Amino acid sequence: MTWLWSNLDLVWLRTLDHIVLSLPPILLSFVFALPLGWLANRYRPTRGAILSIAGLFYAIPSLPLLFILPVIIGTSLRSPANLIAALTLYGLALMVRVVADGLASVDPDVRQSATAVGFSAWSRFWLVELPLAGPVLLAGVRVVAVSTVSLATVGAVIGAKSLGSLFTDGFQRGIQVEIITGIVATVLLALVLDGAVVLLGRVLMPWTRRTRRIRPAPAAVLGPMPVVRSVA
Amino acid sequence: MIEFRSVTKEFPDGTLAVDDFSLTVPSHRTTVLVGSSGSGKTTLLRMINRMVDPTSGTIEIDGVSVASLEPVKLRRSIGYVMQNSGLLPHRTVVDNVATVPLLRGVPRRTARADALRLLDTVGLDRAIADRYPSQLSGGQQQRVGVARGLAVDPNILLMDEPFGAVDPIVRAELQQELIRLQHELGKTVVFVTHDIDEAFLLGDQIAILREGGRIAQLGTPAEILANPADDFVASFVGADRGKRALHVESQDGSDVLVDSDGRPAGVLVGQRSGAGPSGGARSDVPHIVPTEGPPR
Repeated sequence: MTWLWSNLDLVWLRTLDHIVLSLPPILLSFVFALPLGWLANRYRPTRGAILSIAGLFYAIPSLPLLFILPVIIGTSLRSPANLIAALTLYGLALMVRVVADGLASVDPDVRQSATAVGFSAWSRFWLVELPLAGPVLLAGVRVVAVSTVSLATVGAVIGAKSLGSLFTDGFQRGIQVEIITGIVATVLLALVLDGAVVLLGRVLMPWTRRTRRIRPAPAAVLGPMPVVRSVA
Repeated sequence: MIEFRSVTKEFPDGTLAVDDFSLTVPSHRTTVLVGSSGSGKTTLLRMINRMVDPTSGTIEIDGVSVASLEPVKLRRSIGYVMQNSGLLPHRTVVDNVATVPLLRGVPRRTARADALRLLDTVGLDRAIADRYPSQLSGGQQQRVGVARGLAVDPNILLMDEPFGAVDPIVRAELQQELIRLQHELGKTVVFVTHDIDEAFLLGDQIAILREGGRIAQLGTPAEILANPADDFVASFVGADRGKRALHVESQDGSDVLVDSDGRPAGVLVGQRSGAGPSGGARSDVPHIVPTEGPPR
């Protein structure tokens, strides 16, 4: 344990590195998933193709991906940008389907009514469909946040500093406490980010928290009714 | 004035929803399109604000073909009230009512102040302004829907079975409220329903539709009741079942109207008890005071 107390500032630095590596992929995968998910939901024939291809990204093993990406997009192997690109791709694999499902979950009556009162397709997407898909999107972002924090540790292998560096360093130098610290800190960071996403959801979607009020029972359900309301 | 001229709508799957439909909807009156499902009534309503475009034929509002108008702009100028209110679940009551003015660029403060006034108009307490639709009863939701429909002070109000999903007591309340509002505001209302009682209650002009939007009969409620055009209409309005065939029975010196099942329907208080609010056709119908009959 003495290692931990004498290296607290190192753990804190790696935590910051980890956040810097994790936040951009979470945000970017959400942003890129919006048009793709919209497309998949809007045009039935594209749905299967887009969702299958996006899902396949998740099947690519992370190390080969980190070596291939520099060839494809020109990032340098050891740069944070390389890792961020890879993590964004994994986030995208999850989020595209979430966005498509979220948009599909919007009540068709509400969508139609929004059109009927004069929302243009553009304003309807941003002001009606996207907010109403919110609860589903939120669930997806939570998964992406946690999975990204966990996946970011792999960057240590290619030299991108993160909490994962504590495992690699700990293994190399045989410091068990350092390894455990890395694992625990990663899990804690995942929980904190997950909590932050939930809080953000509460702030952005106040309507999901208000529950239906209990209605007073109608005074006289079986009361007398006029037989003829009016003939003309 | 809204004019349908030989309007036909064939859906891509080959369904002929409306076949050569022509109708003039007079201004400042309530026209009810009534028919069973498959009669094309909702399709006809949606053609007015271009939610549906006809396959052939034209629809004109005050002489201007709607096909020449930009759909989004057209819809923002026409009130629309639908079944299940169609309110935006993620916006509060006041923001729902202010929706269309905000889309049209009215400043937020003004739009909200107007929306609060509209809540008064439709008989809602301002205390519910900051609630979400899911926190309201069905009847309250429909009132908010009506307030939203009126928010841009449109000349035309389209109502698609707006009271279809609420219980009978609340429905009767909402119907009376609409009659009161229409008396004050005099909008050109096109109202779609499958409920003939509702049609007779609300309509100045009624079009009874059969399959494919063919008009079985067009007229005032009194005209249709007095002379059903054919068996279909007679059956639709219930004339053949004796529900509408009332006769007078004298009881304790006053005349009681009784239907063919012998149930009291009302009391006859005079042949001409003064002109009704719309004058004309309605005043020559005997004025019936409903009795409190057995619950149905």
